[in-house]
Amino acid sequence: MTTERIGSMKIIGAAMVASLAIVALLAPWLAPHDPTAAVAATFGDPGRPSLAFPLGTDALGRDVLSRIIWGARISLSVGVAAMSLTLAVGGLIGLAAGFFGGMVDFVLMRFTDMMLTLPALLLAMALISVLRPGLLTILLVIGLVSWTQVARVVRAETLSVSQREFVVAARALGAGSARVAMRHVLPGVMPVIVVMAALGTSGTLLLDAGLSFLGLGVPPPTPSWGRMIEEATAYLRTAPWLATFPGLAIFYAVLGFNLLGYGFLAARR
Amino acid sequence: MLSYLAKRLVFGAVVLLGTSLLTFLIAFVVPADPAVAMAGAKADPQTLAVIRRQLGLDLPVYRQYLNYLDRALHGDLGRSYIRRQDVARLIVRRFPATVALAVCAMTVALVLGVAMGVAAALRHDRAADRMLLGASLLLISTPVFWLGTLLLIAGGLYLRSFPLGGFDGARSLVLPALTLGLGMAGYYARLLQANLVEVLAQDYVRAAWAKGLSGARVLLRHALPNAALPLLTVAGLDLAGLLSGVVLTETVFDWPGIGRLAYEAVFNLDIPLIMGTVLFSALLVVVANLAVDLVYVWLDPRIRPAAGV
Repeated sequence: MTTERIGSMKIIGAAMVASLAIVALLAPWLAPHDPTAAVAATFGDPGRPSLAFPLGTDALGRDVLSRIIWGARISLSVGVAAMSLTLAVGGLIGLAAGFFGGMVDFVLMRFTDMMLTLPALLLAMALISVLRPGLLTILLVIGLVSWTQVARVVRAETLSVSQREFVVAARALGAGSARVAMRHVLPGVMPVIVVMAALGTSGTLLLDAGLSFLGLGVPPPTPSWGRMIEEATAYLRTAPWLATFPGLAIFYAVLGFNLLGYGFLAARR
Repeated sequence: MLSYLAKRLVFGAVVLLGTSLLTFLIAFVVPADPAVAMAGAKADPQTLAVIRRQLGLDLPVYRQYLNYLDRALHGDLGRSYIRRQDVARLIVRRFPATVALAVCAMTVALVLGVAMGVAAALRHDRAADRMLLGASLLLISTPVFWLGTLLLIAGGLYLRSFPLGGFDGARSLVLPALTLGLGMAGYYARLLQANLVEVLAQDYVRAAWAKGLSGARVLLRHALPNAALPLLTVAGLDLAGLLSGVVLTETVFDWPGIGRLAYEAVFNLDIPLIMGTVLFSALLVVVANLAVDLVYVWLDPRIRPAAGV
């Protein structure tokens, strides 16, 4: 791949992610209306996009644009927090398996294989319904079901980094295991972790949106993109825009992180 | 070959055992009382005690697990608390709709994914390659339930060419299969493009060109079989995933498949049905893993010695 294209992929992705972060941070000032209040006169019907409400209003008379802007807060924080948990769990397991090898590697990787056979969405649904929906539950559950891929990639990278000369040299100089792992191997594995962080966030965003769509996301009235689409399905005939705009927001966020991730990935090849 | 097969079989069995233990533990920590779920909140203590004894809920945990395992091995996954029917039979009854959707979606994904991947690899680093890879990224980034909803608006409500939901003949398969297949096609295109570009630069492919073979022959006979191996692994596992039910797409299209069954089970805290669908999907993944491994050994002679055949 040509260098300028890789560069532009990363830059576009970074710009998209940054714009989302700004929207999320400045939501109280950017949103024209209160996202949870009925601001339009309604008789139970969604309102068409208009000058006062650029993206229309939902059946309860709430402003769709304001809800999407506030939804960025929830989606982005759930996505990033769940990704951090995923990286922490998957990274530690992968690092331990690749670094120690032998029995540790065997047990950890067989456990990972087993988790991989479990259907992630189904498992997440079951856990959330048992543990009761809520922000913390969703974070924990998404983190718990999506670390497996990270563990496998980090393990493979750890194996290859561990054989490099500087790691062998550090060991020969008598550095302890923990020191070698954290000071020498981890920095070498870092580029792969950056890629996994970007791609992982697009994965956690999609999983969170899917759970919200199924009614298992952050409980109402907090605005959430996935739930907005679910609520709009009753009005597909009369108000197709209602399902379209929140989906565009999810698509934009996921695309941004994917561009970032694949941009980093391509730069490494 | 046989010892390799035996090793894979044992591993598959261990994975299933682990999965069953895990799902059992999840089910066990559920605060809801199955006896209350069956008899209703107003049932008197005596009735509840009878139901608990019938279900074996008064036994120690490990006995309950062993009983569950014993019955599962005989094809008995218990009875659904809510539907009051045999779990295995419920799953079997939903299977045809899920199989039809899985096969059609996989066909869409493979045909489109391979076409895009091959076209991009052949035009490597040119405008067409960039456009195709860009398109694949758009497909990957589209939430499946949103795509389904958009297709439903466009194909069902505006064009009125397709039914709005349910499983009723070939026409009803089009929109859900596209919904599922398009996103997967994006992945497959990227995977195949990356591998094919690498393979096309190899010496044996250049040798094939130098021999004067036609482009189609070099591609189909020499390059593609090698580049497609990783795709085979991914597609095999994806197929297993599709066959164990796709909750989101089935929800959008009101599809009477296993995904909807699992969704209802979760909402009703119908423990035997939840455990049954999870175990069933784990079984499919284990079988698919095994099948992919075997096909791999058969297709790629290089890994035979390494596999200890």
